[in-house]
Amino acid sequence: MESRESINKDIDLIFKPNLARIERILPQMEGHRLFQLRFVDEDAVNAFAHKPGQFIELTVFGVGEAPISISSPPSRPGIIEICVRKAGSVTGALFELQKGDHVGLRGPFGHGFPLETLKGKDLLLVAGGLGMAPLRSLFQAVLDDRKNYGDIVLMYGARNPDDVLFKYELLGLMNRTDLKYLLSVDVDDEGIWRQYVGVVTGLFKGVQLNSENTFCALCGPPIMYRFVIEELLKRDIPKEQVFVSLERMMKCGVGKCGHCAIGEYYCCTDGPVFRYSDISHIKEAI
Amino acid sequence: MTDKMIKKDQFMGFLHKLKNDYNVFIPAKEDDNFYNFTALGEKETFDFDYKNTRLSPKSFALPQSEKMFEFSLNKSDKDANILREAASDSSNTAIVGIRPCDANAFKVINANFDNPEFRDPWWTKHRDSLTLIGLGCNEPDSTCFCTSAGGGPFDEKGLDILLFDLDEHILIRPITKKGGKLLETADINQEADSSLKQKADEVKAASEKKISSHVATDKLKSKNALELFNASFWDDIAFSCINCGTCTFLCPTCWCFDIQDEVNYDQGDRIRNWDSCMFPLFTLHASGHNPRPEKVQRVRQRFMHKLKYYVDKYDNGIACVGCGRCVKYCPVNIDIREVIRLMNE
Repeated sequence: MESRESINKDIDLIFKPNLARIERILPQMEGHRLFQLRFVDEDAVNAFAHKPGQFIELTVFGVGEAPISISSPPSRPGIIEICVRKAGSVTGALFELQKGDHVGLRGPFGHGFPLETLKGKDLLLVAGGLGMAPLRSLFQAVLDDRKNYGDIVLMYGARNPDDVLFKYELLGLMNRTDLKYLLSVDVDDEGIWRQYVGVVTGLFKGVQLNSENTFCALCGPPIMYRFVIEELLKRDIPKEQVFVSLERMMKCGVGKCGHCAIGEYYCCTDGPVFRYSDISHIKEAI
Repeated sequence: MTDKMIKKDQFMGFLHKLKNDYNVFIPAKEDDNFYNFTALGEKETFDFDYKNTRLSPKSFALPQSEKMFEFSLNKSDKDANILREAASDSSNTAIVGIRPCDANAFKVINANFDNPEFRDPWWTKHRDSLTLIGLGCNEPDSTCFCTSAGGGPFDEKGLDILLFDLDEHILIRPITKKGGKLLETADINQEADSSLKQKADEVKAASEKKISSHVATDKLKSKNALELFNASFWDDIAFSCINCGTCTFLCPTCWCFDIQDEVNYDQGDRIRNWDSCMFPLFTLHASGHNPRPEKVQRVRQRFMHKLKYYVDKYDNGIACVGCGRCVKYCPVNIDIREVIRLMNE
């Protein structure tokens, strides 16, 4: 595992949410919205420091709490962005809120992608579906510090052309010469898609990866991990160079409540980003 | 600190004296004929022949339901949407007659709640307020297997004080400073004589021999987790399980909890409640995905957690103290001793 610093800053505050205001709501594809949040207390704004891949516990007052990954990079502080699919009671209630309304935030929690380890390396970032939400934090952080990284390949697989998150922001990346951006959709019934049609592993055709220097960050549904990891191992990329972000029902966020247990680990404190070599022996992990 | 003694007929006087400085709880038979820890009143007497309480005393530090915060949703209130820490009682409490296995369970759970990374404020506050006065088990039950789980009928590890029931006398052994302090407050200072100490040793040795149930746990640590996970016996173990959760709620070392908001009009509470890994909802994501949708996965998770993952993570032994509650009360007779045997084979 990565070395663990003590995060026990204030024992009374680990369960107490901090008030934040919804500054802007940016609609994404159907049932998905990007919420821009800012702490009401400026000290809390300044104190908040996160790593890509970490998550917060979001309170919608009177409804409850849910773990949500952070979509914005640490290099753009002040506003915390979360990309949310309307799925359960908390996210359902969040979608009823308006600009200016308050929510509660705890965190950031867990281990994110280790930027210090990734610096100077070639990066392969692979997202599937809503996995783009946490991975966006990483690739924006990397692009904001572009000179410190080697070659960058970003792969994103969506279900269909309508279900592409951050569509226009991502399409803008197509013109950049300092990264390779590959986009796929599983199905394209209308025949409007100009990029690859098929599962995300199809994007590996024609991509050269230097197995010694390439580090990978994956975020998507379990089925994607299985196939992408198989592809990476085929290309001799060591398990130690693959980072995966796992999803569990993380209730407390601080390794107490037991909901997110994966083998001997807790997803909330040991993850949600794991080195694949640390969890490849746990069958249930992926 | 040296062993003390009192006459048995002075024991209730000692407990009532304790009430000046402690909330005193003793095991008492309730209407349903099961024992439970009850606040000592005028009527209660201490029953030295009780076996154990049906519910474990973990609820003293991890209540089945505990209010964490209160809040107002009324926007005209100045502190609308601010979560205020709920008042909770953490005054000195003495649990008299706790069994050594249940006291060990506090140590097992403590590894999860009180570690350098995050200290759980509620657990630590409650735990610190408790003084555990154990009663050694002269007559262990048929389902007891504490000696296989790193403990024993007179094990001192988790206790502040250990009591020996020796016919006319009680030998009182202070174990921690906390226990010593309690005895000072209650003016317990008569030294135990050597013949009583010898008798205590004999009773202890005799009791250990009475534990008829033994199971080896020595190989669990070195076993390969993936091989155990893939073992063929899980289907058989889980076959009769009805996922009722009785084992998790009665277990003195099961600590999982859920956090929920409850709202009445515009006032609300954030509450944490015991939860159980036996329930499919325990791991269900809002998206509909469930990492452990099948019964066999949940049964395996519970035993693997107690007997393998915990062992690997904390180097603190197994997360089972051998109290035998799950063996006794499982409605379909799933026996953790048999599971340990299979896993350790």
